[in-house]
Amino acid sequence: MAKKLIVIGAGMASGRLLEHLLEADPGAYDITLFNAEPRGNYNRIMLSPVLSGEKSFAEIVTHDDDWYGTNRVTCRFGERVMSVDTARKVVVGEKGEVAYDKLVFGTGSSAFIIPCPGHDLPGVVAFRDLEDTTAMTEAAARPGAKAVVIGGGLLGLEAAAALRLRGMEVTVLHIASHLMERQLDPAAGYLLKKDLEKRGITVMLEASTQEIKGDGRVESVLLADGTELPCDIVCMAVGIRPAVKLAQDSGIACGRAIKVDAQMRTETPDVFAVGECVEFEGALFGLVAPLYDQAKVLAKTLLGQEETFAMRELSTKLKVTGCDLFSAGDFADGPGREDIVYRDPARGIYKRLVIEADRLIGAVMYGDTADGNWFFGLIKDGTDISEMRETLIFGPSYQGGASADPLSAVAALPPEAEICGCNGVCKGDIVAAIAGGATDLGAIKATTKASASCGTCTGLVEQVLSVTLGDDFVLPTAQPVCGCTELTHEDVRRLIKAQALKSQEAVWQELGWKTRNGCHVCRPAVNFYLLADWPLDYTDDPQSRFVNERNHANIQKDGTYSVMPRMWGGMTTPQELIAIAQAAEKYGATVKVTGGQRIDLLGVRKEDLPAIWHDLNEAGMVSGHAYTKGLRTVKTCVGSDWCRFGTQDSTGLGIKLEKKLWGSWTPHKVKLGVSGCPRNCAEATCKDVGIICVDSGYQIGVAGAAGMDVKETERLVDVPTENEAIEWTTAFVQLYREHARYLDRPYKWVAKVGLDWVKEVLSDDAERRALVARFDVSQSVYQTDPWAERAEPEAARRFQPLADLTLRAAE
Amino acid sequence: MSWIDIGHIDDVPLRGARLVRTEVGCVAIFRTDAAEVFAASNTCPHKRGPLSEGIVHGQKVTCPLHNWVFDLNTGEAQGADEGRIDTYPVRLEGGRILLDGTAVSRRSAA
Ligand code: SRM
Ligand SMILES: Cc1cc2nc3c(=O)[nH]c(=O)nc-3n(C[C@H](O)[C@H](O)[C@H](O)COP(=O)(O)OP(=O)(O)OC[C@H]3O[C@@H](n4cnc5c(N)ncnc54)[C@H](O)[C@@H]3O)c2cc1C
Ligand code: SF4
Ligand code: FES
Repeated sequence: MAKKLIVIGAGMASGRLLEHLLEADPGAYDITLFNAEPRGNYNRIMLSPVLSGEKSFAEIVTHDDDWYGTNRVTCRFGERVMSVDTARKVVVGEKGEVAYDKLVFGTGSSAFIIPCPGHDLPGVVAFRDLEDTTAMTEAAARPGAKAVVIGGGLLGLEAAAALRLRGMEVTVLHIASHLMERQLDPAAGYLLKKDLEKRGITVMLEASTQEIKGDGRVESVLLADGTELPCDIVCMAVGIRPAVKLAQDSGIACGRAIKVDAQMRTETPDVFAVGECVEFEGALFGLVAPLYDQAKVLAKTLLGQEETFAMRELSTKLKVTGCDLFSAGDFADGPGREDIVYRDPARGIYKRLVIEADRLIGAVMYGDTADGNWFFGLIKDGTDISEMRETLIFGPSYQGGASADPLSAVAALPPEAEICGCNGVCKGDIVAAIAGGATDLGAIKATTKASASCGTCTGLVEQVLSVTLGDDFVLPTAQPVCGCTELTHEDVRRLIKAQALKSQEAVWQELGWKTRNGCHVCRPAVNFYLLADWPLDYTDDPQSRFVNERNHANIQKDGTYSVMPRMWGGMTTPQELIAIAQAAEKYGATVKVTGGQRIDLLGVRKEDLPAIWHDLNEAGMVSGHAYTKGLRTVKTCVGSDWCRFGTQDSTGLGIKLEKKLWGSWTPHKVKLGVSGCPRNCAEATCKDVGIICVDSGYQIGVAGAAGMDVKETERLVDVPTENEAIEWTTAFVQLYREHARYLDRPYKWVAKVGLDWVKEVLSDDAERRALVARFDVSQSVYQTDPWAERAEPEAARRFQPLADLTLRAAE
Repeated sequence: MSWIDIGHIDDVPLRGARLVRTEVGCVAIFRTDAAEVFAASNTCPHKRGPLSEGIVHGQKVTCPLHNWVFDLNTGEAQGADEGRIDTYPVRLEGGRILLDGTAVSRRSAA
């Protein structure tokens, strides 16, 4: 005959126990299940979404009447067990006694209620069971209802977020100086607070509740500092206490909870315990993962099998959508413990790892928790992390690499996160395109337009591909130039030199282009490569240039153009200014002083370009090339001519450099700056080449940037004379022209080839001079004023319409 | 149809374009090859970019402002972009470019 098993409490732990037991041996026991709550087992964890309205209670029931019926479990729901007589082996319920052979305590915990005055008023609830949940949802139904949640831990915040979703005005009172202080450090707590506040939840820290006031029902909460918060409901979520009174009264050995061994046996024969009501090796439990382990062990014990319960590491996640939070292990400060912290306040991302003796022992993450499970694994397994320490914080996908891994951040981005700002394409669109079969960058570009404009998001798009496709996507080491060829820019440059390809047609044919004459992506690049490598053989093709470079003016959004004459080194004369003023007046241009120390005439009609150029030419001015991938400006300061700190003639050097370099085509634009002393008024340290004059000569820095990226120059060399400064600068520009891929600014190119390589090449005197010589050859062809050429009547004609049929109609 | 002589093919740069002012607005004459011309609206449906300033490749043109690509045969935007430019009958006769006058007159546009 089956033995009699009594289980007190139909909770998450005992529910799991019954499943294991019945699965292993359905006939072993006659089971009686007592539960103080008037219902059977349900998924208590999911009370949060029930409270917010995202789920119904029916959806979270784990065992229904059918299940108990089929498994012949005698249910005594809504009946509290009053006492246990272990001598007689009987349990005394509210409705009578039942005898047992084996007894299981699964009484869980009860919410702790702060015993302040008013704590027993109607309207003060905990957040533990369906009754509490229902009381809160009923309160939320009143229009304009206010809630005070006492306790800023996991439970309190879930309650607060859920009540907020129900439309209540919610204030969270928390006694500590940051939220979830047991799981989070102050930094993550701060970010969490900010996120909650963004949702309209008021968070008051270091708030101590003095009294709950109300006449027959809660009306307000009074804080120790005198603040009084009116409210319709108070939810106390300040902690739980193991429900052990019954066990204690029955003479079962208890510490803070019911003491059990690794087989879940209490010290009393035939009495067991499982769940939050147990104490094992001094530890209490508050999350379901270990309780499930206990349930498994106890099922075996009850069936006479061997099994041992062991503690394991736990991780925490907050179930509030949009607050991505993860914490695991131990992250208190301590001797011998080290921290690795990653912070990106703009994106609200924070990660902290705590390391002790080459082992990860704790991890807190906020905002981007994608790698949480991986870190958790390292903690659980006690992996030796000394090898990957440097990149550890960037997560699993970066092990073996050298710098920050953005993949995990991308993985954590929500679908609505914008990836391509130019085209307004968000992550979800890209993921959808991938699902639709677009599995490489080109296909994503073609279907969504992401990265098809400014291209700065290309990396991000590739990461989305990589995150979405997983191992199916190999981050391309080399991207072909465009859809017209499989070759990379580097391949094309190399083959043009190696095979002496000197015309576009030769490139299309010899390199097997898939299109008749390229496209708007490859043609400008190939045109540049050809003219840079074969200045004497190849003729520049204006039809392979973007509009600005073809028309030698910047096109504006309304189709007019801007005209900007050179102002060598930022110097001008009254005559030049008069000519500029007259031209502006004559052609109705707007006058603007640019960020590059010269004057821009905006809003000129295309038809007027040759004429305004002609006028400016007459006054001795040439094109400022404000539109080219070529030399733009050389910014200078007043230098030793005027400035009391000037060490050298920075203005003069700037003018010499500009006169040397202007007109040359380069892979991307090139900007220079020359400052007369380290005060650096010409902002030389963020230019493609920036020279700082010092007493002993000239410090040449290269590869600076101040556009989409901002980067300080790196020191190329220090030279004593002006001539050497010009020689090194010219050689650097020529090396860049010969090697960089089209549309890489010098800082991008240097990052690829390495400054050391650049230094090595340029330090070779012969090579440096050869570079300068090659540059000079190219300038013999290209250093001409495009304005002068196009102001000629024959060329100017091309700026007019071919025909005007409206005149014909008028006739 | 009434064919109007608007100029010689060599007045249009190879892989380039020139404009013709008409009653239906500016029409761009594209020359794609030694002896191949197309006529289409000069105005990009995206943000009114002047297509005659775009890069001409194959039988397509790329708008100079934001790189929309149009097929000159159909006027349809390529790839992910949605839009169309009007195209007009045009032909070559002994190097002269002839544009259909009725297609670009106000009456036909109405
Ligand atoms: C006119 C001017 C703004 C002004 O009113 O001051 C200007 C205007 C334009 N800049 Fe600039 N930039 C101007 C100084 C700058 C500066 C400051 C400087 O040169 O000291 C920078 C940051 C420094 C730098 O270049 O790194 C700057 C960084 C950019 C960038 C980003 C480049 C980058 O590599 O990150 C672009 C986009 C590009 O070139 O691809 C850009 C592109 C443009 C274009 C050409 C956009 C376009 O393609 O139409 C603008 C043309 C406007 C127009 O309709 O005419 N402009 N631009 C400045 C002209 C300076 C001059 O005298 O030549
Ligand atoms: C809103 C909420 C969200 C949570 N979220 C998470 C989460 O995300 N992750 C996580 O790991 N944990 C979470 N928890 C904690 C988790 O629910 C508990 O750890 C788990 O429910 C404990 O299981 P238990 O079986 O020990 O106790 P319980 O599930 O509390 O069950 C004990 C049952 O015993 C009954 N009982 C007690 N005394 C008697 C008696 N004398 N006679 C009869 N019946 C009695 C009680 O009425 C109760 O039904 C959450 C808890 C709540 C309330
Ligand atoms: S910052 Fe430069 S590119 Fe941007 S709007 Fe101003 S001028 Fe134009
Ligand atoms: S105006 Fe043509 S692409 Fe934007």
